[in-house]
This record gives sequence, structure tokens and C-alpha cells, in this order.
Amino acid sequence: MKQPIYGVMAEFESPTALVTATRAAVAKGYKKMDAYTPFPIEELSDALHLHRNKLPLMVLIGGIIGGMLGFALQYFVTVMYYPINIGGRPLLSWPAYIIITFELTILFAALTAVFGLFALCGLPMPYHPTFNVPRFEFASRNRFFLCIESTDPLFDRAKTCEFLETLEPREVSEVAH
Amino acid sequence: MMAQAVDFNITPELRGELRGVRTKALILGVLGAAASAAGFFMEGPNQFYRSYLWSFLYVLALSLGPLTWLVLQYVTGGAWGVITRRSCEAAARTLPLVAVMFLPIVIGINNLYPWAHANLVAADPLLQHKAPYLNLPFFLGRAAFYFAGWLFLGWWFNHWSAKEDTLGHEAVHSKMSRMAGPGLLFIGFSVTFMAVDWILSVDPKWFSTIFGLLCIVSQNLTAMAFLIALMVFLSARKPMSDIITHRHLHDMGKFMLALVMVWAYFSFSQFLIIWAGNLPEEIPWYIARLNHGWQYVALALVFGHFALPFALLLSRDLKRNFKLLGSIAVFILLMRFVDLYWLITPGFRKDSFGVSWLDFTVPIGLVGLWLAWFLTQLEKRSLIPPHALHLEETLAHGRE
Repeated sequence: MKQPIYGVMAEFESPTALVTATRAAVAKGYKKMDAYTPFPIEELSDALHLHRNKLPLMVLIGGIIGGMLGFALQYFVTVMYYPINIGGRPLLSWPAYIIITFELTILFAALTAVFGLFALCGLPMPYHPTFNVPRFEFASRNRFFLCIESTDPLFDRAKTCEFLETLEPREVSEVAH
Repeated sequence: MMAQAVDFNITPELRGELRGVRTKALILGVLGAAASAAGFFMEGPNQFYRSYLWSFLYVLALSLGPLTWLVLQYVTGGAWGVITRRSCEAAARTLPLVAVMFLPIVIGINNLYPWAHANLVAADPLLQHKAPYLNLPFFLGRAAFYFAGWLFLGWWFNHWSAKEDTLGHEAVHSKMSRMAGPGLLFIGFSVTFMAVDWILSVDPKWFSTIFGLLCIVSQNLTAMAFLIALMVFLSARKPMSDIITHRHLHDMGKFMLALVMVWAYFSFSQFLIIWAGNLPEEIPWYIARLNHGWQYVALALVFGHFALPFALLLSRDLKRNFKLLGSIAVFILLMRFVDLYWLITPGFRKDSFGVSWLDFTVPIGLVGLWLAWFLTQLEKRSLIPPHALHLEETLAHGRE
């Protein structure tokens, strides 16, 4: 019995080859995979169906919570705790609240965007199995990698390797945990 | 590769359809104008000119807003600009008609502006103080100057765009790009002063420094909503059905969202500063607009002109859905009527909310006539400039 692995990785020499391979893998039915490139490739995101994620919804909810907190903060201060008559205006002078409500909406939405991104990416991540592949450092230079992970329901150590070999990669290697 | 494959000219079917719309617009326009002329005698000139002023400003936005977008795109570029350029040019060619439509306001100055009455000015030191700016010859001179500039810009960009079709882009590029910067500067200043002259001076003692910018934003929002509605209409018909992609529309939807937000931002800043200051020379303007029933119109603006379109336009899917985005654009075009009505009419009706039947017939008349003129201009040229800069990229936008 061999050690369980993280997945198998194929190395490609051009972005076009990678995109073609990714499309083929998706068409074959693989779901758990990721691609690694030195620069962003629009088509790759399309091929991996990466355009949809939960971040916009999280940012929206974060913004709404921030807005409500901002309004509540001022309400409690100016109406409940320190009810002071200013220029004969009502205590609940909502027009004056709007700026801080707006600012806190933006603040919370922005913080949700940053930390939500970290959370969805699984950051901070001091260790990742893909770095066990010696040539993987070229992913930040001039090589393009596609890794099919072992958690995929269709994953089979030998068959997935064979499949990747058919996509004309430069090299296919197993990724140890 | 696409450039040779697609014919940009209006197809005979589309021409027939546009002429059908034009005939309807013309009939509505003539009927509206006739009813308004009858209203001039039935309801009196005061009511006529009051309805006319805000309706005229709507039509002005429909032609001046697209001119601004047209000039802007020679500064910024962008795929959406190439797609809408011919429509903007056609709208800019309606400016002579809009200049003619300004004449009734010239005739009705006495019915609209208190500073034009010698006895009122004589009795009011503040108006005397403002008389060096707010007097009849200078007012008319400024209006002539604005129109001269707008007509010139409209002519310039149309003229060289037509030359581009025969001579190619290289020959005319410097003409367009050299005029674009100064042109934008002129539009910015002229619309600011125009807003002071034609809108604010209804209430000559009130002032707001952000009002000119608010007017520019409103005009550009009107224009963008109109362009989106037009593009959605054209995208269902050849040849534009082969050209417009959801990404073009997405870009324009983003502009509309941004403008809805800027409109709300400027409107609210103006309100907040005056509300917080609560000074006797500033606050009456808002007291008139937030009492006696007018507050419901203001609330309708907060929800219909900002909250609803803002919330809907946040959605990426919606901005890529032709029908939904088109519906929102039409809704915003309707809200623009409400906003102008709320800006202008309480200046004359301080004590009670009210709508005259002329407030329906005059805008129908003016917009109908304008639309008929616009469609006549639109069908004169191909729907996409065939030698535009970045045409290939524009056509590939959204097809990668």
C-alpha cells in the first residue's frame, strides 16, 4: 500500500495548452482541481467556473451589518444616553447620521472583502502540498500547472495520471502530502 | 476579422420600424404641443411657462448629456463609446431643435424669473446687488454663448466623424482628440452657469455651489439611461443584434449605477449642509420642497431615483440581462421627470403640492418632437462608425 497523495500534477509549457487541458479535465467530469500560472488567465477562470463565489454576498451582508451598527451607535448616543437639544432639532436627527452610517457600511464591507478573501482562500497557509513537486517553483516563472486533487470522486491514482498524460504535458508527477 | 463580416448599416426592416416609432412620436409631439398651446390660453401663460421650463430642461438633458458622453469618449476611449457613438452624435445633432425650443423661455422670462421685474428689483436690495449678473441682456447673452458652444461642439464631432467614414481614422484623429479636452471643460462650466441661470434664478436669493455639478450628473444620467434603453431596443434587431454583447451592456450598466450613486451623493450633500446650517437665506428652498405634500415627491425620489435602482443595479446578472437593464433605464428616465418637476415647480407653488394638466402635455409635446427629430438623425448614418479607433476590440468585447 502506497502512501496517500494530495493529487497528480501536470506541467504545461503554454497557457493555451493549460486552458485546453483544463477544459478537457472538466469535460471528463473532474471537479476538484486547481491551476497554477505566473499571471492571471481570464479563460482559465471560465474553464474552472471560478467566477461564482460567496464573496459578493459576504461583502453585502458585511456592509449591511456595518450600516446598521453605525446607525445604532449614533441612535444610542444621541437619543438614549446623551439626549441633548441641538438647535431645536429632534433627537433622532437622521440626516446627520447618514455620513457615519455610510462610512461604517464601507468600512465593514471592505474589511469583509479582505478577510473574507483570506478565509475563502484558506490563508494564512504556511504549508501547501503542491510545493513538494520540485519543478513547481516554475509556476511563478514560465510554466503552467494543472493539479487534480485526490479528493475528487473520479480520482484514481493510475487512471488520472494516464488521463493527464494524454493531454500532452511536459511532465506528470504525483503530489505527496 | 469581424469588421468585414458585419454590415453596420441600418437594415430596411429596422429603418421601417424606426420610421414607425418616429411617426408615433411625431403625432404625440404635435398633439402635446397643440394641447399645450391651447393650455397657454386656458390656464394662462404663467402655468404654461412653468410647465415648459422643466420639460425643456429634460429635452436639453437628452441632447446635451449624449454630447458630453461623446466628447468624453475621445478623452477616455472604451468599447461602450464606440457602440453608442453614432447615437450620441445623432442626439448632438438635435441641439439646433433644442435651441429653437429655448425661445419660449426667452419670451416667458417675465413669467418665470423674479429678477426680470423692474419693480421687484427696485424694492429688494438683495436683487439689486445681484443685478449685475441677473439682468436681461447678460442673461440672453450667456444663453446665446452656451448654445453657440454646444452647437459648435455638436457640429465639430459630427463633421469629423463623417469625414472619418470616408478618410479613415488617421486623418481625423487629431481634430477630435484636440477638441475633446477643451470641449469637456466648456461643457462643465457652461452647464454649471446654465443651472444657475435657468434653474436657480427662479429663486434668485437661493444659492448652492454643488448645484451645477448636480445638474451635470443629472444630464449624464438621463443620457446614459436613454442610451441603454436605445441599445436594448437596437440589440433585438439587425445589425446591432450581431454587435452588442452583454459585456457592452454591463459596462453601461456600471456607468448608470455610478451616476445613480453620484446623483444621490450630490443631492444629499446639498441637503445635509443646508439642513445642518439652517440659515434663513438657504433653508426656505428646502422648506418649500419638503412640506405641503412635496415631501412625498421627495420620498419618491429617495426610493425611486436612488434606493431601488441602486439595490437592483448592484447585481452583476441584472446588468447583463438586456430586458431588466432596459426596464430600469426606462424607470430612471421616468424618475428624471419627477426630479426636475420637484426641483422647479415648488419654486412657484410654495404653499401646496399640485400638478397641472400642462405638466403632462408639455413634456409629451417636447419629448415627442425631440424623439422624432432624433430618430430622423439616427437613421442618416450607419449605427457603428466603420473606421473607429479600437473597433476590432470593441466587436470582440465579450466574445473572447
